[in-house]
Amino acid sequence: MSKKVKAAIIGPGNIGTDLLMKAMRSDFIEPVWMVGVVSDSPGLARAMEMGLKTTADGVDGMLPFMRDDGVQICFDATSAYVHAENSRKVNGQGAVMIDLTPAAIGPFCVPPVNLEQAVEARAMNVNMVTCGGQATIPLVAAVSQVQPVEYGEIVATVSSKSAGPGTRKNIDEFTRTTATGIERVGGAERGKAIIVINPAEPPLIMRDTVHCLTVDEPDQDAITLSVHAMIAEVQKYVPGYTLKNGPVFDGNRVSIYMEVEGLGDFLPKYAGNLDIMTAAGLRTGEMYAEEILSGRFTPVAA
Amino acid sequence: MDLNGKKITVHDMCLRDGMHPKQHQITVQQMVTIAAAMDEAGIPLIEVTHGDGLGGASVNYGFPAASDEEYLTAVCKAVKNAGISALLLPGIGTVDHLKMAVGCGISTIRVATHCTEADVSEQHLNMAAQYPELDTVGFLMMAHMIEPEELIVQLKMMEDFGANCVYITDSAGYMLPDDVTSRVSLARAELRPETELGFHGHHNLAMGIANSLAAVDAGANRIDGSLAGLGAGAGNTPLEVFLAVCDRMGVKTGIDLFKAMDIAEDLIVPLMDHMVRVDRDSLTLGWAGVYSSFLLFAKRSAEKYGLSSRDILVELGRRRTVGGQEDMIEDLALDMAKEKENGAL
Repeated sequence: MSKKVKAAIIGPGNIGTDLLMKAMRSDFIEPVWMVGVVSDSPGLARAMEMGLKTTADGVDGMLPFMRDDGVQICFDATSAYVHAENSRKVNGQGAVMIDLTPAAIGPFCVPPVNLEQAVEARAMNVNMVTCGGQATIPLVAAVSQVQPVEYGEIVATVSSKSAGPGTRKNIDEFTRTTATGIERVGGAERGKAIIVINPAEPPLIMRDTVHCLTVDEPDQDAITLSVHAMIAEVQKYVPGYTLKNGPVFDGNRVSIYMEVEGLGDFLPKYAGNLDIMTAAGLRTGEMYAEEILSGRFTPVAA
Repeated sequence: MDLNGKKITVHDMCLRDGMHPKQHQITVQQMVTIAAAMDEAGIPLIEVTHGDGLGGASVNYGFPAASDEEYLTAVCKAVKNAGISALLLPGIGTVDHLKMAVGCGISTIRVATHCTEADVSEQHLNMAAQYPELDTVGFLMMAHMIEPEELIVQLKMMEDFGANCVYITDSAGYMLPDDVTSRVSLARAELRPETELGFHGHHNLAMGIANSLAAVDAGANRIDGSLAGLGAGAGNTPLEVFLAVCDRMGVKTGIDLFKAMDIAEDLIVPLMDHMVRVDRDSLTLGWAGVYSSFLLFAKRSAEKYGLSSRDILVELGRRRTVGGQEDMIEDLALDMAKEKENGAL
């Protein structure tokens, strides 16, 4: 593949750096800018070593060069507070924004469930829900694609070391955004999300439990098949996405027990919660890039 | 131990921690009757919430007989002098639940986190502290899992977020009196003098009374317990027993002992689905340092998959599970059942 779509990553922290390492391997995306706000940040230095242009002046530091450098896709790995402003600015330069923060100003995107619709809709901003959402919403959808789900609930357990200060300061954002995603993308009538942080050493691999209550008696064979097919879809971009137990059927309850091990690019393997976020974000970016490269979609300034 | 003349505030847990052994099925009417009787007996503070706190209604923890809002609205109206508290675990409940509970008329909010994760309570304690009349409490669970010095760092964080009272919580009923003394006395020395200090015990090793006395001796002025011990595991510190001991030692609680005894005997014991006491499984919780509300989940999974509940609980302890990981229990039981089957081949 000779031609790739040029991209910028905003936020040179753990998520942004892990995303950069994954994007360097992409057939469709070429990261060219890393945007930070702290001049001596190790993330910016690392990106510079890898040949990217960098700025410590935030998005404003990149804006004047964006068009000339051909940046058509941006990934925001900063925080919900600054996201809206970042998005407005890069959209103004004709670049699509893929939002890895919980700001959720654009439509939710969970790649194996609704990536195609999001790309077909030509949305200039898509939101990646939350790490727990990326790990569980595909399975809620796998059940609701078989039969109506009146209630979907997920429990995400992550190691202390993988829960960053942003998540901790605003843990309610996680539960709210994930619950909404379970409804809008997962297809459950009502959604609930729970997050548990465990400090055990060595750090535990991300665990996710999905409970669905179906309206009618669950069709066990069809649901089991659908769940296995969905897991295979997610494994295409997160190979460590593993069914531990289930689906367990108990009356109208369907329970699925998962473990998510990351690739260990920049973040440790136990931090599957962060890995699934960067992998899903990149996959979304790649799908946009394919549309752009094929000429089916040209992002324009909003 | 000389505790003569000390004044403490006693906080009853029957209608929140007691929701665990009741599988969250206490009715609004039962709560109203019990809370009114406790109020009449002079119990100053009564906790009313789903066992896992506001927003705990879930497949994972169990759906309650009524919503938190229904319980709190009814109970807050039914008491004259007692304050009503609600529990909130960030990650399960949100600030929206907190606002709802304040609207129902609670006097006290208790924001609970695992003992190493106090920083997830910042937004909730900050908001609670903005209500001038609201008693704002930080509650560090499974406090046996870290050393006193580490615990103090977390308690101070909660103090900084706006808690006017912080708790050392023995969720697993694992602590021995010396463990309580070392934690409470260091906290008393390091926290601001005006910050109140509390202890919440479980009776899994039958140390509820001894631990609570050690806490008072080391400087705690709030003590949790529940009449007839209705609470998770082997229950909380049995309150009527603790009150009788306080009476003998000259600790002032302001509670009518005989009335408290009557509530325990006439209202709480008849409510129990099973005798809440130290038995093989609840003792295992205390011995292995396991979150007390895992008890019934382990029993159910053991029965469903043909395993020993004690084996499940011991393994949960070995894996250093924390409060809220109820979903781990069926998952683990399935693993253990597979292993058993493979071993039998």
